[in-house]
Amino acid sequence: MAERSFAREVQDLKLGAGEIFRGEGILAITKALLQSGVGYVGGYQGAPISHLMDVLADARDVLDELDVHFESSASEAAAAAMMSASVMYPIRGAVTWKSTAGTNVASDALSNLASGGVMGGALIVIGEDYGEGSSIMQERTHAFAMKSQIWLMDPRPNLPSIVAAVEAGFELSEASSTPVMLEVRIRACHVHGSFVARDNRKPAFPLEEALAHPARDTGRIVLPPASFLQEKEKIERRWPAAVDFIRDRRLNEHFGPKNAEIGLVVQGGMFNATLRALQQLGLADVYGESLVSIYVLNVTYPLVPDEVIAFAMGRRAVLVIEESQPEFIEQAIATILRRADVNTKLGGKDVLPMAGEYTAEVLLRGLTAFIEAHDRRLLGNAPPVPDARTILAHPSVAALAKVVPPRPAGFCTGCPERPIFAAMKLVEQELGPRHVAADIGCHLFSILPPFEIGATTMGYGLGPASASAFNITEGGQDNRPISVMGDGGFWHNGLTSSIGNAVFNKQDGVILVVDNFYSAATGGQDILSSRALNRFRTTQNSIAKAVRGIGVTWVRQVDRTYDVAKMRAVLREALTTKTGGPKVIVASSECMLNKQRRTRPALAAARKAGKRQVVERFGVDEDVCTGDHACIRLSGCPSLSIKHTTDPLRDDPVAVIDETCVGCGNCGEVAEAAVLCPSFYRADVVHNPTAIDRLLFRVRSRVIAWLQARRAASRVVFPA
Amino acid sequence: MNELAPALLSSDRPICLAILAMGGQGGGVLADWIVALAEAQGFHVQSTSVPGVAQRTGATIYYIELLKGGGAVPVLSLMPTPGEVDVVIAAELMEGGRAMLRGLVTPDRTTLIASTHRSLSVSEKSAPGDGAGDPNMVALAAGIAARRVIAFDMQAMAEAARSMISATLFGALAGADSLPFPRAAFEGAIRAGGKGVEPSLRAFAAGFEAAAAPQAPASLRRAPEKIYAAASPTGHAALDALLTRIRTAFAEPVQPMLLEGVRRLVDYQDPDYATDYLDRVASFSARDPLPDRAVSLAAAKYIAVAMAYDDVIRVADLKTRASRFQRVRGEMGVPAVQPMATTEFMHPRGEEAVGLLPARIGTSILARPWLFRVIDRIVNRPRRMRTTAILDFLMLYAVAGRRSHRRGTLRHQEEMAHIVSWLARAEQVLPANPRLAAEILATRRLVKGYSDTHARGGAKFDRVLSAVPLLEPRADGADWLRRLREAALADEAGTLLDGALRTVASLDIPASATFPDT
Repeated sequence: MAERSFAREVQDLKLGAGEIFRGEGILAITKALLQSGVGYVGGYQGAPISHLMDVLADARDVLDELDVHFESSASEAAAAAMMSASVMYPIRGAVTWKSTAGTNVASDALSNLASGGVMGGALIVIGEDYGEGSSIMQERTHAFAMKSQIWLMDPRPNLPSIVAAVEAGFELSEASSTPVMLEVRIRACHVHGSFVARDNRKPAFPLEEALAHPARDTGRIVLPPASFLQEKEKIERRWPAAVDFIRDRRLNEHFGPKNAEIGLVVQGGMFNATLRALQQLGLADVYGESLVSIYVLNVTYPLVPDEVIAFAMGRRAVLVIEESQPEFIEQAIATILRRADVNTKLGGKDVLPMAGEYTAEVLLRGLTAFIEAHDRRLLGNAPPVPDARTILAHPSVAALAKVVPPRPAGFCTGCPERPIFAAMKLVEQELGPRHVAADIGCHLFSILPPFEIGATTMGYGLGPASASAFNITEGGQDNRPISVMGDGGFWHNGLTSSIGNAVFNKQDGVILVVDNFYSAATGGQDILSSRALNRFRTTQNSIAKAVRGIGVTWVRQVDRTYDVAKMRAVLREALTTKTGGPKVIVASSECMLNKQRRTRPALAAARKAGKRQVVERFGVDEDVCTGDHACIRLSGCPSLSIKHTTDPLRDDPVAVIDETCVGCGNCGEVAEAAVLCPSFYRADVVHNPTAIDRLLFRVRSRVIAWLQARRAASRVVFPA
Repeated sequence: MNELAPALLSSDRPICLAILAMGGQGGGVLADWIVALAEAQGFHVQSTSVPGVAQRTGATIYYIELLKGGGAVPVLSLMPTPGEVDVVIAAELMEGGRAMLRGLVTPDRTTLIASTHRSLSVSEKSAPGDGAGDPNMVALAAGIAARRVIAFDMQAMAEAARSMISATLFGALAGADSLPFPRAAFEGAIRAGGKGVEPSLRAFAAGFEAAAAPQAPASLRRAPEKIYAAASPTGHAALDALLTRIRTAFAEPVQPMLLEGVRRLVDYQDPDYATDYLDRVASFSARDPLPDRAVSLAAAKYIAVAMAYDDVIRVADLKTRASRFQRVRGEMGVPAVQPMATTEFMHPRGEEAVGLLPARIGTSILARPWLFRVIDRIVNRPRRMRTTAILDFLMLYAVAGRRSHRRGTLRHQEEMAHIVSWLARAEQVLPANPRLAAEILATRRLVKGYSDTHARGGAKFDRVLSAVPLLEPRADGADWLRRLREAALADEAGTLLDGALRTVASLDIPASATFPDT
């Protein structure tokens, strides 16, 4: 099981009609799925939707009671394929992932699903990872919706709107036989708010029913001639049905006066920032009252042409507020208005930036330009707008840019991946620099200081595949590329896309699989090779065995990554061996963050109960340290820092280890392997010592103290 | 058709609060407390964050808006607008700086609550020299950018209460009186949270008191003041003779540094060795023409550092002392009666072993590379020494005991040769360009570390000093040498140093140099 408990959140899933749910947006969605009578849920973890998966993984009793089947899918493709249960049966199902990374992976299944269409409501919850805090390439899910004819909802970012969108999404899907994507941005996933709960519902059509009465229809299978009919059906039947549903159910909303001179067409997700910008211009208030007309697209694909025409007609100008590029919605609205010969001026990316997050500050500038051009008098009584530019231009504030350091995420204290990259750094010093292909996962932090290892990332589980063009080295050459892949990426698709690919093509490179027992970067979920026993999942499947099974002959398993000398020796061997074909190193040690979560409470309890315990921590002898910080350049551990001394003979600060050290051993191992300096020491503190511990300690201490006193007596020194 | 201001717009605005923290500092806990507090007080409240990935490092921002309840449900923003933030809470000093750089702190509105402690970033820690940013620049900017600044070391306060900084920050927020809630309501939120309540309340109280007390403008130190020992008579003839010599034979401004040097070298070797040191310094101080005694000071400091070079004997000596045993216990917070073992991580090489031998034997081994390789093969491996076990202790104790033979070792001979040539270069330029001589002495700062690091430092030292012939005729030669040294300390590979050396090589040699302060 994941080492974090979501027991409290699980309680929130049990709330009944009329009770108030308080919590995060993504958990509100989870609750809304249960309220909608969903029959199955799947997905692949990743910010910002990990919590949906985590909470359901912990909510077995709730799910069992409701007859909801939950899967931790092996990949987004697996999750999307799961939705085929809704093709022939009226079963509601939901899957989730981070987008567009996950949607890319899921595309094959999504295209098939969208072509054949669905009978049961199929909802794809998309964590739109765009803007500040995002960890992936900046792209729009909108493009996938358009090319596959999947409807896209983008509700206003408050809990009642998001919950309503989940429920309406299933109905829209069923009314139009089309899967629906529900897009929620990072901040909306993490927004804290409340909504009035409804009772959870069992699925109207249970999965057992489907298995008992299997159904098939060749017309739903993507094969000619059905596929050509499906393409026509999408446009002729499903699309109009969706447009009718969206109009009739008033899924899009209007704010402000009906007939203001100017109007704004806003993606639902952009509503709050737009309203704040209007408020700053004195054109709206915090309760949603506005002096300009606002048309909120809670469904951004498809558009409802008559709603768009009605909104634009008779106005001087309409501004489309649409984050990111290309400006699909603006182009579509332009087409709708042109075809209907509506001559209202259309604004959008002409006053707003084409790329980047739309903050209130950005919108304020765009709105000001738009209103100045089309309805100036609105700005007549505008209050002074918030503006930090004057203070940012002050020399003392501007000078901060030189001292405030960048602080990207990095390896945690005690991370088992740190010694792997320390060893790679040492091998690099020994055998020279080489091409290193990186992958997705915590190990990608190797590209940052202090390691600065890794040239490219091409996607999850694709690190080794991304080095395949360099398969031109002969056995024994020392400029072989190294590619890195995590255990998460390995099981996601790396076993076939990367390892199988390397075997088949006789790739000569070195593949390093970083195995930390979890899908660590996404929050510590279990995967096939997790060591923990999980009642509901099969774990403890060996990566090394899988690699051998697929045909790799040169496999080395390192069971303690903290052994830097061994890591270095294995890497050196892999880089210099005459053996051809892929050289796979599986470097295994438990993710320290999860290990601490797992062991700390038990250890504290055991110590309290009087059990003998040895706690290890590292320290630095200040007077041995020379302050060159070579150890830090091979570590970057948060608990290893520097300290200025009061010693007048020292210029440079010395290394220091703070009390957050977890005693992983990296410092000592690196100092040994890199022949750095003898200033590190490890202290093993014995709690609840036995009688033998005490006796031995007393004898040793006495002897040593006698020797120390003897030497001190012979020494001439100044008094301290 | 446009009806201007039909519905009267409400002028209500939410209180906007941003928290800048690093992963693992409890920023999320703090945000949750504020949400619970405001909800309990009948406020509408919305919090958001962009926590990103699961790791415990990296800068994170939490954003909260609160609005008095009663009216309709408000539409609140999910991100801060520069110029519109009422309270910024920074869980670390440079994060306060980051808030200012993002425009979240403005003089008309913002109360900045910042902990003044530093958590150094990787880029600051990994410089071979001192890469730590100047905290006073943040303090200075805060005084200008914020309407009100509440700044003190909240991390230390949290540690004293055995709690997390989030609790101290919450206390400071209450003490700052920036939110319309009484202290009891804040404490109620902590109690309702239910985890580590007592320590949290202690840390909260400390933060509250400190924030409520009148604030003196924060003055921050990048590094603590250097502490010089007092020159009090010891009653030991040899030591007192050294003290007397310092007092009578050297200029007053140099005396504290000389005392430090003498203390270090007596501790390192013996009083005779300290006498040698004073002789070496005297040859510079006697000819120091500078009114600020820069040459003498540099000589006093760096000759001491050079003579107390780090060798195996020194390391063994430091590791086996009783005072060191006590210090480790103090650092680990372990009482004297509790069993504790310490393990040292050592990796001696052939060089160190041969360096310990009498110079003649050592030299003859170096003359036979095969023999050296044999010795290296035997010696060169990681050795973990358990200083708290008798046998390992005895081994180190025996090595430390070689101290009385140090002067005869090969390593000593090499170090002394290095010192002699280094000092000769300084002495050579002293008459013509005394400032440059002082900088040559200070260049010794580059030689530090062990093994490879030591070798790299030595190489940088040589490269920096290679510029001396070019710089000697220049009045600004000392400035250039200082710049070269700073460049050498900025990165490990010496990329900046290469650039700086190219700049120096391209300097025009001035026709006539004048030296204003000689």
